[in-house]
Amino acid sequence: MADVLPREVLICTIARLLDGVRHVAVGASSPIPAAGAMLLRALKEAGGAVGPRISILGSVEHNFFTNGSAELFDCAGQGRIDAFFLGGGQIDGFGNVNLVGAGDYPRSSVRWPGSFGSAYLYFVVPRVILFREEHTPRVFVEHVDFISAPGVSAEGVFRSGGPVALLTGKGLFRFDKTRPGFELESVHPGHDLAEIKQATGFQFKHDAEPRQTPLPDGSTLELLRGRVFDELAETYPEFAAQIRRDLVAVDA
Amino acid sequence: MVLSEPRAMAKHIEPGMRVALPVDYAGVSMAMTRPMIEHGAGDLDLVCVPTGGLQVDQLIGAGLVRTVETSAVSLGEAGGAPRFNAAVKDGAVRLKDATCPAIHAGLVAAQKGSPFMPLRGLIGTDLLRHRDDWRVVDNPLADGGDPIVLIPAIKPDVTIFHVPMADRFGNVWIGRRRELAAMAYASRTVLVTVERIVEENLLADEMSAAGVLPALYVTAVARAPKGAWPYGLWGEYPADSAEIARYAKAARTAEGFSAYMAQAQMEPA
Repeated sequence: MADVLPREVLICTIARLLDGVRHVAVGASSPIPAAGAMLLRALKEAGGAVGPRISILGSVEHNFFTNGSAELFDCAGQGRIDAFFLGGGQIDGFGNVNLVGAGDYPRSSVRWPGSFGSAYLYFVVPRVILFREEHTPRVFVEHVDFISAPGVSAEGVFRSGGPVALLTGKGLFRFDKTRPGFELESVHPGHDLAEIKQATGFQFKHDAEPRQTPLPDGSTLELLRGRVFDELAETYPEFAAQIRRDLVAVDA
Repeated sequence: MVLSEPRAMAKHIEPGMRVALPVDYAGVSMAMTRPMIEHGAGDLDLVCVPTGGLQVDQLIGAGLVRTVETSAVSLGEAGGAPRFNAAVKDGAVRLKDATCPAIHAGLVAAQKGSPFMPLRGLIGTDLLRHRDDWRVVDNPLADGGDPIVLIPAIKPDVTIFHVPMADRFGNVWIGRRRELAAMAYASRTVLVTVERIVEENLLADEMSAAGVLPALYVTAVARAPKGAWPYGLWGEYPADSAEIARYAKAARTAEGFSAYMAQAQMEPA
């Protein structure tokens, strides 16, 4: 079997982070989070348990809503969505997310699409996983230029949800809302602490010698490369085809 | 309800009106974009429900837009919306950045004839800081504290969308795209383009009636086959991503945008 690809490490890490959720919502163009959720479902079902319900926004097959685009948010407000993923043009050390733009608002020097549902979902979905593959100082900044959604809220502000982890192409961080701040939990294979420090614009806690992100075992990898990539191809055909080409390439 | 055609429907739009447009996968009436630009009513205040794309970018590029209330504007996989991004940089449009459920909440308030809807979240965001029309109050039903944001009713002058069918009585099939109904309830004028107009009354069958926006809320309907193109239409046809990408590339400059829009061939071949 081919070596584990970096993106497979990310997918397997997401499946671990989602363990225990009943319902996870995934954005329209998020193949890696979708694959992580599908892997968790496959693992649960292989073990005879019930897997999580997965809602993929914008997908017809993986979307059971009948009340238009408002229903996802209503569903989250009712506490029926346990996990969600959020990216960001900028993410800072306090867990603040910026999806609006760099520079002075409103005439941002670089404008991104906008906040989407983040200013609501970040408050009401219990397990929000921040996911951004690009791990550079321009993404992970000391302070975001615009707060689309804040990492923590003042006491007295209704908040049943928020960030629990930040997963990047280099490592996995846990979020501690009491400080608030991030702590490096593990480093992906091929990367190291010094490199991560250099690529991160905010301070974070870490062990002197952080551990490596665990690799999937053989049976997990088999499920991923079989059933999960087949399922993924229904919604993200190009991504699934690419990762299968990558697997052939490393095997050769 | 009036059976009309897109050019005639565009005449309902007057300068300075507030116009609501749906998200790219819900049924965008791209067939109305050119008639709107030809008609030329400007200073429009767009409401994107809850996000905008190609149509919003083209109306901005044509200089018809004064403000954009939206949770996002993008061309999806084709990247950023070029004329929107340029207008933001130049300060040519005023932004009312929102979040998806706030747009829905404003429409629901209008649907109920209420002045506002309370909404969780938002407190501590820069969205709230820049919205002087949103208010924070303490929950009057709590024992004290518990701040919550009030979203004022969004009452568009005009709503424009595209769906598979209407019947000859003006009932419009919206399926499970219920946000189209919310937009219609909230608006004074509702302009709908459809793939086809059917003979039978859509309200006569309970199965179809559940997905119908009744003619009561519909101002005019026009037949426009492939009217969402290059966007797709649910249950009918997929998006033409190559064409959206072609627009994204062309519209990087104002000149490229004008050249793209000047092409006679705008319908799918």
